[in-house]
Amino acid sequence: MRFGVAVYPGSNCDYDTYYVIRDILKKEVEFIDYRETDLSKYDCVIVPGGFSFGDYLRPGAIASHTPLTQALKDFASKGKFVIGICNGFQILTEAHLLPGALLPNNHGKFVCKHQYLKVENNETPFTKNLSKNQIIKLPIAHHDGNYFVDPGTLAEMEKNGQIILRYCDENGIIDESTNPNGSIGNIAGVCNKEKNVFGLMPHPERACEPILGTADGLLLLTSLIN
Amino acid sequence: MLIKFFIKPRKGVLDPQGRAVAESLKSLGFDNVKDVKVGKYIEVYVDSTDKEKAIEEAKEMAKKAIVNDLIEDYEIQVVE
Repeated sequence: MRFGVAVYPGSNCDYDTYYVIRDILKKEVEFIDYRETDLSKYDCVIVPGGFSFGDYLRPGAIASHTPLTQALKDFASKGKFVIGICNGFQILTEAHLLPGALLPNNHGKFVCKHQYLKVENNETPFTKNLSKNQIIKLPIAHHDGNYFVDPGTLAEMEKNGQIILRYCDENGIIDESTNPNGSIGNIAGVCNKEKNVFGLMPHPERACEPILGTADGLLLLTSLIN
Repeated sequence: MLIKFFIKPRKGVLDPQGRAVAESLKSLGFDNVKDVKVGKYIEVYVDSTDKEKAIEEAKEMAKKAIVNDLIEDYEIQVVE
Protein backbone atom coordinates (compact mmCIF):
# COMPACT_ATOMS: atom_id res chain seq x y z
CA MET A 1 0.00 0.00 0.00
CA ARG A 2 1.38 3.37 -1.05
CA PHE A 3 0.68 6.46 1.01
CA GLY A 4 0.72 10.16 0.26
CA VAL A 5 0.80 12.93 2.85
CA ALA A 6 -0.80 16.19 1.73
CA VAL A 7 1.19 19.36 2.40
CA TYR A 8 -0.49 22.76 2.42
CA PRO A 9 1.09 26.03 3.52
CA GLY A 10 0.65 25.82 7.30
CA SER A 11 0.46 22.02 7.62
CA ASN A 12 2.53 21.06 10.67
CA CYS A 13 1.82 17.37 11.32
CA ASP A 14 3.00 16.33 7.86
CA TYR A 15 6.45 15.15 9.02
CA ASP A 16 5.05 13.24 12.03
CA THR A 17 2.67 11.42 9.69
CA TYR A 18 5.41 10.74 7.12
CA TYR A 19 7.72 9.43 9.85
CA VAL A 20 5.12 7.02 11.23
CA ILE A 21 4.33 5.57 7.81
CA ARG A 22 7.94 5.24 6.69
CA ASP A 23 9.74 4.30 9.91
CA ILE A 24 7.09 2.51 11.96
CA LEU A 25 4.62 1.07 9.47
CA LYS A 26 7.48 0.51 6.97
CA LYS A 27 5.35 1.53 4.00
CA GLU A 28 6.11 3.65 0.97
CA VAL A 29 5.16 7.28 1.45
CA GLU A 30 5.60 10.61 -0.33
CA PHE A 31 4.65 14.20 0.41
CA ILE A 32 2.09 15.67 -2.00
CA ASP A 33 2.12 19.38 -2.77
CA TYR A 34 -1.26 21.12 -2.49
CA ARG A 35 -1.07 22.09 -6.20
CA GLU A 36 -0.76 18.45 -7.34
CA THR A 37 -3.68 16.81 -9.16
CA ASP A 38 -2.26 13.42 -10.21
CA LEU A 39 -2.87 10.99 -7.35
CA SER A 40 -2.71 7.82 -9.47
CA LYS A 41 0.23 6.29 -7.60
CA TYR A 42 -1.36 6.41 -4.16
CA ASP A 43 -3.73 4.02 -2.39
CA CYS A 44 -4.28 6.27 0.61
CA VAL A 45 -3.83 10.02 1.08
CA ILE A 46 -3.54 11.40 4.60
CA VAL A 47 -4.52 15.04 5.07
CA PRO A 48 -2.52 16.02 8.16
CA GLY A 49 -3.06 18.46 10.98
CA GLY A 50 -1.86 22.02 11.25
CA PHE A 51 -3.19 25.43 10.36
CA SER A 52 -3.47 25.30 6.58
CA PHE A 53 -3.57 28.81 5.10
CA GLY A 54 -3.49 30.21 8.63
CA ASP A 55 -7.07 29.05 9.34
CA TYR A 56 -8.13 32.16 7.38
CA LEU A 57 -11.86 32.45 6.65
CA ARG A 58 -12.62 29.18 8.49
CA PRO A 59 -10.29 26.29 9.41
CA GLY A 60 -9.83 24.20 6.27
CA ALA A 61 -11.86 26.53 4.04
CA ILE A 62 -9.10 27.78 1.75
CA ALA A 63 -7.32 24.41 1.62
CA SER A 64 -10.58 22.82 0.47
CA HIS A 65 -10.41 24.80 -2.80
CA THR A 66 -6.85 23.80 -3.73
CA PRO A 67 -6.14 21.52 -6.72
CA LEU A 68 -5.05 18.67 -4.42
CA THR A 69 -8.23 18.70 -2.31
CA GLN A 70 -10.38 18.90 -5.43
CA ALA A 71 -8.46 15.92 -6.87
CA LEU A 72 -9.17 14.02 -3.65
CA LYS A 73 -12.87 14.00 -4.56
CA ASP A 74 -12.20 11.98 -7.71
CA PHE A 75 -9.65 9.86 -5.79
CA ALA A 76 -12.23 9.03 -3.11
CA SER A 77 -14.95 8.32 -5.67
CA LYS A 78 -12.73 5.51 -7.00
CA GLY A 79 -12.80 3.85 -3.58
CA LYS A 80 -9.27 4.93 -2.60
CA PHE A 81 -8.70 5.82 1.06
CA VAL A 82 -8.54 9.33 2.52
CA ILE A 83 -7.82 10.11 6.17
CA GLY A 84 -8.11 13.62 7.58
CA ILE A 85 -6.54 14.27 10.97
CA CYS A 86 -7.43 17.41 12.97
CA ASN A 87 -7.05 20.26 10.43
CA GLY A 88 -7.25 17.50 7.80
CA PHE A 89 -10.71 16.59 9.19
CA GLN A 90 -11.70 20.26 8.94
CA ILE A 91 -10.47 20.38 5.32
CA LEU A 92 -12.46 17.24 4.39
CA THR A 93 -15.70 18.66 5.87
CA GLU A 94 -15.17 22.00 4.09
CA ALA A 95 -14.61 20.05 0.84
CA HIS A 96 -17.85 18.07 1.50
CA LEU A 97 -15.94 14.80 1.47
CA LEU A 98 -17.36 14.30 4.96
CA PRO A 99 -20.61 15.62 6.45
CA GLY A 100 -20.75 18.28 9.15
CA ALA A 101 -18.47 21.10 10.28
CA LEU A 102 -16.00 21.78 13.08
CA LEU A 103 -16.94 24.80 15.20
CA PRO A 104 -14.79 26.57 17.81
CA ASN A 105 -14.57 24.60 21.08
CA ASN A 106 -17.53 25.43 23.31
CA HIS A 107 -15.25 26.71 26.11
CA GLY A 108 -13.40 29.03 23.74
CA LYS A 109 -9.98 27.62 24.59
CA PHE A 110 -7.38 25.54 22.79
CA VAL A 111 -7.46 22.01 24.23
CA CYS A 112 -4.27 19.92 24.34
CA LYS A 113 -4.25 16.63 26.30
CA HIS A 114 -4.54 12.88 26.14
CA GLN A 115 -8.13 11.85 25.59
CA TYR A 116 -9.97 8.54 25.92
CA LEU A 117 -12.08 7.49 22.95
CA LYS A 118 -14.62 4.73 22.41
CA VAL A 119 -14.73 2.80 19.15
CA GLU A 120 -18.31 2.94 17.98
CA ASN A 121 -17.88 1.10 14.69
CA ASN A 122 -15.05 -1.38 14.10
CA GLU A 123 -16.48 -2.64 10.82
CA THR A 124 -14.61 -0.12 8.67
CA PRO A 125 -11.23 -0.43 6.91
CA PHE A 126 -9.85 2.13 9.40
CA THR A 127 -10.90 0.36 12.59
CA LYS A 128 -10.90 -3.35 11.84
CA ASN A 129 -7.94 -3.99 14.20
CA LEU A 130 -10.06 -2.70 17.09
CA SER A 131 -13.12 -4.16 18.77
CA LYS A 132 -16.48 -2.48 19.17
CA ASN A 133 -16.63 -0.33 22.32
CA GLN A 134 -12.87 -0.66 22.82
CA ILE A 135 -11.42 2.30 24.70
CA ILE A 136 -8.24 3.84 23.32
CA LYS A 137 -6.18 6.88 24.32
CA LEU A 138 -4.93 9.46 21.82
CA PRO A 139 -3.71 13.06 22.04
CA ILE A 140 -6.00 15.89 21.01
CA ALA A 141 -4.80 19.43 20.25
CA HIS A 142 -7.27 21.84 18.69
CA HIS A 143 -9.23 25.06 18.99
CA ASP A 144 -11.98 24.14 16.53
CA GLY A 145 -12.95 20.53 17.22
CA ASN A 146 -16.59 21.00 18.13
CA TYR A 147 -18.29 18.69 15.63
CA PHE A 148 -21.62 19.94 14.39
CA VAL A 149 -24.10 18.40 11.99
CA ASP A 150 -27.83 18.94 11.48
CA PRO A 151 -30.11 16.43 13.29
CA GLY A 152 -31.41 14.83 10.06
CA THR A 153 -27.91 14.10 8.74
CA LEU A 154 -26.80 12.90 12.17
CA ALA A 155 -29.63 10.35 12.32
CA GLU A 156 -28.68 9.09 8.87
CA MET A 157 -25.01 8.85 9.87
CA GLU A 158 -25.89 6.88 13.01
CA LYS A 159 -28.00 4.50 10.93
CA ASN A 160 -25.19 4.01 8.38
CA GLY A 161 -22.55 3.38 11.05
CA GLN A 162 -20.62 6.52 10.10
CA ILE A 163 -19.83 7.51 13.69
CA ILE A 164 -16.44 5.90 14.33
CA LEU A 165 -15.12 7.43 17.57
CA ARG A 166 -16.66 9.23 20.53
CA TYR A 167 -14.94 11.08 23.38
CA CYS A 168 -15.26 9.26 26.71
CA ASP A 169 -13.40 8.68 29.99
CA GLU A 170 -11.28 5.66 30.93
CA ASN A 171 -14.44 3.75 31.88
CA GLY A 172 -16.11 4.49 28.58
CA ILE A 173 -18.58 7.03 29.98
CA ILE A 174 -19.84 9.29 27.21
CA ASP A 175 -21.45 12.46 28.54
CA GLU A 176 -20.96 16.20 28.89
CA SER A 177 -18.25 15.75 31.52
CA THR A 178 -16.12 13.67 29.12
CA ASN A 179 -16.67 15.95 26.12
CA PRO A 180 -13.55 18.10 25.56
CA ASN A 181 -14.98 20.55 23.03
CA GLY A 182 -18.78 20.46 22.88
CA SER A 183 -19.06 18.06 19.92
CA ILE A 184 -22.58 16.84 19.24
CA GLY A 185 -22.92 13.33 20.74
CA ASN A 186 -19.24 13.48 21.85
CA ILE A 187 -18.28 12.71 18.23
CA ALA A 188 -14.51 12.57 17.65
CA GLY A 189 -14.34 10.80 14.28
CA VAL A 190 -16.67 10.04 11.37
CA CYS A 191 -16.52 8.42 7.96
CA ASN A 192 -18.45 8.84 4.72
CA LYS A 193 -21.29 6.55 3.71
CA GLU A 194 -18.98 4.45 1.51
CA LYS A 195 -16.53 4.08 4.45
CA ASN A 196 -13.37 5.01 2.55
CA VAL A 197 -13.01 8.59 3.86
CA PHE A 198 -12.30 9.01 7.57
CA GLY A 199 -11.89 12.21 9.57
CA LEU A 200 -10.95 12.56 13.22
CA MET A 201 -9.83 15.32 15.56
CA PRO A 202 -7.45 13.15 17.70
CA HIS A 203 -3.89 12.55 16.47
CA PRO A 204 -3.09 8.84 15.92
CA GLU A 205 0.22 9.81 14.26
CA ARG A 206 1.40 11.32 17.55
CA ALA A 207 0.69 8.09 19.42
CA CYS A 208 2.57 5.28 17.69
CA GLU A 209 5.42 4.62 20.16
CA PRO A 210 5.11 3.75 23.88
CA ILE A 211 7.61 6.48 24.80
CA LEU A 212 4.94 9.02 23.77
CA GLY A 213 2.56 7.79 26.49
CA THR A 214 0.30 5.78 24.20
CA ALA A 215 0.81 3.73 21.05
CA ASP A 216 -2.92 3.33 20.41
CA GLY A 217 -2.59 5.32 17.19
CA LEU A 218 -1.05 2.22 15.64
CA LEU A 219 -4.29 0.30 16.17
CA LEU A 220 -6.00 2.71 13.80
CA LEU A 221 -3.20 3.20 11.30
CA THR A 222 -2.40 -0.50 10.95
CA SER A 223 -6.06 -1.40 10.34
CA LEU A 224 -5.72 -0.14 6.81
CA ILE A 225 -2.66 -2.22 5.95
CA ASN A 226 -3.22 -5.52 7.76
CA MET B 1 -18.10 48.04 -6.93
CA LEU B 2 -17.97 46.86 -3.34
CA ILE B 3 -19.61 43.70 -2.05
CA LYS B 4 -20.13 43.59 1.71
CA PHE B 5 -20.64 40.22 3.39
CA PHE B 6 -22.11 40.19 6.89
CA ILE B 7 -21.65 36.70 8.37
CA LYS B 8 -22.91 35.38 11.69
CA PRO B 9 -23.37 31.99 13.36
CA ARG B 10 -26.62 30.32 12.30
CA LYS B 11 -29.46 30.11 14.77
CA GLY B 12 -28.94 27.09 17.02
CA VAL B 13 -25.18 27.02 16.40
CA LEU B 14 -23.14 27.63 19.51
CA ASP B 15 -21.47 31.06 19.59
CA PRO B 16 -19.05 31.10 22.55
CA GLN B 17 -17.78 34.59 21.66
CA GLY B 18 -21.29 35.99 21.51
CA ARG B 19 -22.15 34.40 24.83
CA ALA B 20 -19.02 35.82 26.48
CA VAL B 21 -19.72 39.30 25.11
CA ALA B 22 -23.33 39.11 26.33
CA GLU B 23 -22.18 38.18 29.84
CA SER B 24 -19.63 40.99 29.76
CA LEU B 25 -22.24 43.57 28.73
CA LYS B 26 -24.58 42.38 31.48
CA SER B 27 -21.79 42.71 34.04
CA LEU B 28 -21.41 46.35 32.92
CA GLY B 29 -25.04 46.95 33.81
CA PHE B 30 -26.67 46.52 30.39
CA ASP B 31 -29.43 44.38 31.92
CA ASN B 32 -31.60 44.53 28.80
CA VAL B 33 -29.08 42.53 26.68
CA LYS B 34 -30.89 39.40 25.50
CA ASP B 35 -28.39 37.87 23.09
CA VAL B 36 -25.19 38.69 21.21
CA LYS B 37 -23.90 37.18 17.97
CA VAL B 38 -20.28 37.68 16.97
CA GLY B 39 -19.63 37.25 13.28
CA LYS B 40 -17.44 38.44 10.44
CA TYR B 41 -17.47 41.30 8.00
CA ILE B 42 -15.75 40.88 4.62
CA GLU B 43 -15.32 43.43 1.82
CA VAL B 44 -14.78 42.23 -1.74
CA TYR B 45 -13.99 44.85 -4.40
CA VAL B 46 -14.95 43.81 -7.93
CA ASP B 47 -14.64 45.28 -11.39
CA SER B 48 -18.27 45.55 -12.37
CA THR B 49 -20.84 48.11 -13.45
CA ASP B 50 -23.87 45.83 -13.36
CA LYS B 51 -25.29 45.72 -9.83
CA GLU B 52 -27.62 42.79 -10.48
CA LYS B 53 -24.74 40.77 -11.89
CA ALA B 54 -22.57 41.68 -8.90
CA ILE B 55 -25.28 40.43 -6.53
CA GLU B 56 -25.48 37.12 -8.39
CA GLU B 57 -21.71 36.83 -8.30
CA ALA B 58 -21.69 37.64 -4.58
CA LYS B 59 -24.16 34.83 -3.93
CA GLU B 60 -21.90 32.42 -5.83
CA MET B 61 -18.89 33.60 -3.81
CA ALA B 62 -20.83 33.04 -0.60
CA LYS B 63 -21.89 29.56 -1.65
CA LYS B 64 -18.46 28.45 -2.88
CA ALA B 65 -16.11 30.03 -0.36
CA ILE B 66 -17.10 32.94 1.88
CA VAL B 67 -19.81 31.16 3.88
CA ASN B 68 -20.34 27.64 5.24
CA ASP B 69 -24.12 27.56 5.19
CA LEU B 70 -24.27 24.61 7.57
CA ILE B 71 -23.05 26.85 10.40
CA GLU B 72 -23.33 30.43 9.14
CA ASP B 73 -25.99 32.90 7.97
CA TYR B 74 -25.11 35.88 5.83
CA GLU B 75 -26.36 39.05 4.23
CA ILE B 76 -24.99 40.80 1.16
CA GLN B 77 -24.87 44.51 0.39
CA VAL B 78 -23.58 45.76 -2.92
CA VAL B 79 -22.37 49.36 -3.00
CA GLU B 80 -21.69 51.14 -6.29
